[in-house]
Amino acid sequence: MAARTPLAYEAILAELDHCLEVEFTFLHSESLAASIAGLPADAQHFLLDWTRRAAATSTNLAFEFAQRALTILGKIELEVIASWCLHAMDNYDRSGLHAAMLVIRDLDGFLVQGHQRATGSLFESSVSVLNHFVQGLDGRQLKVERDETAWTNGEVLYLPGIMAHFDNPEDNFQLYKAHVAQLWAQTRCGTLNIELAPRFAALPDPAHAQALFHRLEVLRLNAFIAHELPGLYRTMHHLSKTLGDAPLPAEWHEAEQALGTPGVGVEATLDWMVRLYDAPLPAPLCYQGKLRPEATWAARQERLARDRDWLRQMLRVLADEILGEPESPRETLPAFELKEREEASGEELLPFEITLQDAPVPVPEAVRGRLTSVILDLGEIPPEYLVPAGDSEYDPDLFKKKENDGQDVWSGTYHEEGAFFYNEWDHARQAYKKDWCVLREIEVEPADTNFHHATLEKYTGYVRSLRRTFEILRGQDRLLKRQRHGDDIDIDALVEAWGDIHQGLEMSDRVFTRQHREERNIAVMFMVDMSGSTRGWINEAEREALILLAESLETLGDRYAVYGFSGWTRKRCDAYRIKDFDELWNDTVIGRVCNIRPKDYTRMGAPIRHLVRKLGEVEARAKLLVTLSDGKPDDYDLEYRGKYGIEDTRQALFEARSEGVHTYCITIDREGPDYLPRMYGAANYTVLDDIAQLPLKVSDIYRRITS
Amino acid sequence: MSKQARVLRPEAHYITEEPYYEPVDGEITVFETAWRHGLPVLLKGPTGCGKTRFMEHMAWRLERPLITVSCHDDLTASDLVGRFLVRSGETVWVDGPLAAAVRSGAICYLDEVVEARKDTTVVIHPLADDRRELPMEKLGELLQAPSEFCLAMSYNPGYQSVLKELKQSTRQRFVALEFDYPSAELEARIIERESGVDRGLADRLVKFAHMTRNLKGQGLDEGASTRLLVHAAKLIAGGVEPVVACRAAVSQALTDEPDMLVAVNELSSSLF
Repeated sequence: MAARTPLAYEAILAELDHCLEVEFTFLHSESLAASIAGLPADAQHFLLDWTRRAAATSTNLAFEFAQRALTILGKIELEVIASWCLHAMDNYDRSGLHAAMLVIRDLDGFLVQGHQRATGSLFESSVSVLNHFVQGLDGRQLKVERDETAWTNGEVLYLPGIMAHFDNPEDNFQLYKAHVAQLWAQTRCGTLNIELAPRFAALPDPAHAQALFHRLEVLRLNAFIAHELPGLYRTMHHLSKTLGDAPLPAEWHEAEQALGTPGVGVEATLDWMVRLYDAPLPAPLCYQGKLRPEATWAARQERLARDRDWLRQMLRVLADEILGEPESPRETLPAFELKEREEASGEELLPFEITLQDAPVPVPEAVRGRLTSVILDLGEIPPEYLVPAGDSEYDPDLFKKKENDGQDVWSGTYHEEGAFFYNEWDHARQAYKKDWCVLREIEVEPADTNFHHATLEKYTGYVRSLRRTFEILRGQDRLLKRQRHGDDIDIDALVEAWGDIHQGLEMSDRVFTRQHREERNIAVMFMVDMSGSTRGWINEAEREALILLAESLETLGDRYAVYGFSGWTRKRCDAYRIKDFDELWNDTVIGRVCNIRPKDYTRMGAPIRHLVRKLGEVEARAKLLVTLSDGKPDDYDLEYRGKYGIEDTRQALFEARSEGVHTYCITIDREGPDYLPRMYGAANYTVLDDIAQLPLKVSDIYRRITS
Repeated sequence: MSKQARVLRPEAHYITEEPYYEPVDGEITVFETAWRHGLPVLLKGPTGCGKTRFMEHMAWRLERPLITVSCHDDLTASDLVGRFLVRSGETVWVDGPLAAAVRSGAICYLDEVVEARKDTTVVIHPLADDRRELPMEKLGELLQAPSEFCLAMSYNPGYQSVLKELKQSTRQRFVALEFDYPSAELEARIIERESGVDRGLADRLVKFAHMTRNLKGQGLDEGASTRLLVHAAKLIAGGVEPVVACRAAVSQALTDEPDMLVAVNELSSSLF
């Protein structure tokens, strides 16, 4: 690269005035420009570049950044400054200017955090392993989620976003694991089964009591972990020693011994809490986490009620299955009973089998899980949990997972729950805005299929020729040679085999030829523009095109899915499900195609990312994303229009290609050649001059790109 | 160890030493009775839970040779029945393993039968019902099975592929025995006996296996089988560190997925 020339004051000032929009913002760019002018060329370019990028987000942020960056240039590596700027912009996206300014003003904080991030273990990168880890341990099915501190309510293990007590990621990960084991042990050993808050409140200083109880309980839990997971216990011990956790005071040794005895319950810890109330309290251990007695107790009560109702409903289903559906409604059913299993070992959590009228009953996995959960909460299964629900109590809704309806998005019942989040590429910033777009999948309501019949009638002759063309494509036969069995003799192979025999060698049995139909292993996703601009006959042409295309594809046997897309700002990107890969081309799906209606705007990045993800879940040799569109990416907010939208779409398509998805665009926008080559590449689009051609051409184009 | 491999003809290969097998639930009686009445047997169960070992044990107990055919998707009917070969200008008939088993009154064990092509499994139909005969089309002969002959096959219902299902017309000809991983107590005993590790270690290995079985359906297709545990135990008995042995013999055999591998390894290192 040629050495860059230093910029003069005037050029820098002009650049700053332009990107900081000084005319409107009245920022004082002169002194800044003067300082930059004194820098070496490389530093000048670096600083101006990042100021420009930051200004695309906020001019105030950019100005503040430039001023602060000036003071540290040369003292801190350029990459660190760049990531500091990006971090500020991320905060801007999430929480606005104030949060971003805080990052810029607190450079030291960022540097400390940066060090932590480099050596620490991050929740995001550990959560998947930790989740598997927890599921491998026995007991209730626990989830791992993020919170400020480590604690558990008995169902979810909450962990902090970063572990950075050690200066290497491995030990920090082990510390995560130690936290997980400690919290898991709480759920396993009944720590949470006593309402602790009143017990603490009964003592003069409840906070001291809680700290004391927790530290003592750790002794009891550690004994359990040492027995169950000796390897992990050794690691925990090592971590604690390395971090310099204080040793136990002499007064505590007796307690340690007593609480380490197998089978000792949480009451014993409470007794020791009273006994050692005035003894010195050692500091908490590094993996101890926090206790939240009120929240935990509330969660337990709620869980018990939920488990009981669920179990009784489920047992009702089981009872009906075993005893047969009743002729008349019955209010009382015989209760299930528990019988100790003979071969069960002492360590099993659920050493029972369940009997109904003295006959053992096969227990579904889900019921087993709930029973385990109840045992963990109560130490036993009370008989009222085993009474099947009566008719009046039966509530089938309990079994249905509550699903959010994409249509409810504006009704205020929920906001971003259940939606998909996608990054968006900001070309000015040259970086992603993280989790920027909120996308929902919405199913199109099927309409009547009249339009389908009308279309087939309108194109009768064409449909016939389409089927014929695609039939030929499907029937691409190949002659396989040297086969073990087949319908003709492979003369070449036979001559060779004959020779072999005369040589005294074994004759190959691969002497036949066989016609073989080469399997087309293609999955294709059609992404149909449902923006407002398609209103009228474009929409009609799209629907006709889809119907004809589906006819062809049904002949061909390729797997295909059809999704519409539209949206209104980044908070509301919609992907309309018309046909999924595993759905058949039946009246419901046809009805949905007939009911494709124009909606709002064309924010393309998020739907492309979503559909590529869908394609990723399909197993196929070749994957294809075909967009039917009528124009450029566009949205209600002015920012997305023009270059920003095109660059984001280009980036999304680029991601698609790196996922192994081929992309192609069919458009009726005559200006397409101006921007499509940049987005899709020179040969991956077709522009149709005439909308009427769309139905006729789409199948044709599809045939061309897949054969 | 002798350096030369022994050469045996499958139909003359009798198992002389009792293969170690721990009966679980009367399966030996069921098999014996089925054999006495000329009924074919289907062994269902996950991989590595002792199906093949059970077959060896039964072959020893009934004093019949055991001919095992590992099925694969290229296995044709003539691979099972037999074919003509050309020898010095003349053709000679050579029996396939199934025909050889029928002729010698052996036990023919078709391992992982769903792997075989559907048209191949149909060949066994006349053998598997009360006709008990094997048509040899190319020879123009019918082979009537002697009463000692026994047809058995194994099948793992855990693979939930639509392509790998046993046809009803096939499965309804068989007496089915269900196999599953043994109880913790029994499994530990098996590991102890097979590898020579002490009981405490065997218990830990079983606990580890249960952890991986908890993960079935949550990212693992199958939990660790008894066979894998025996492998790990043998490595440990041979002086390999337990954590290393579990990684080599169990984790790597279970999954290739990086996060899952780490998680499984973390579980084993928590135990040892």
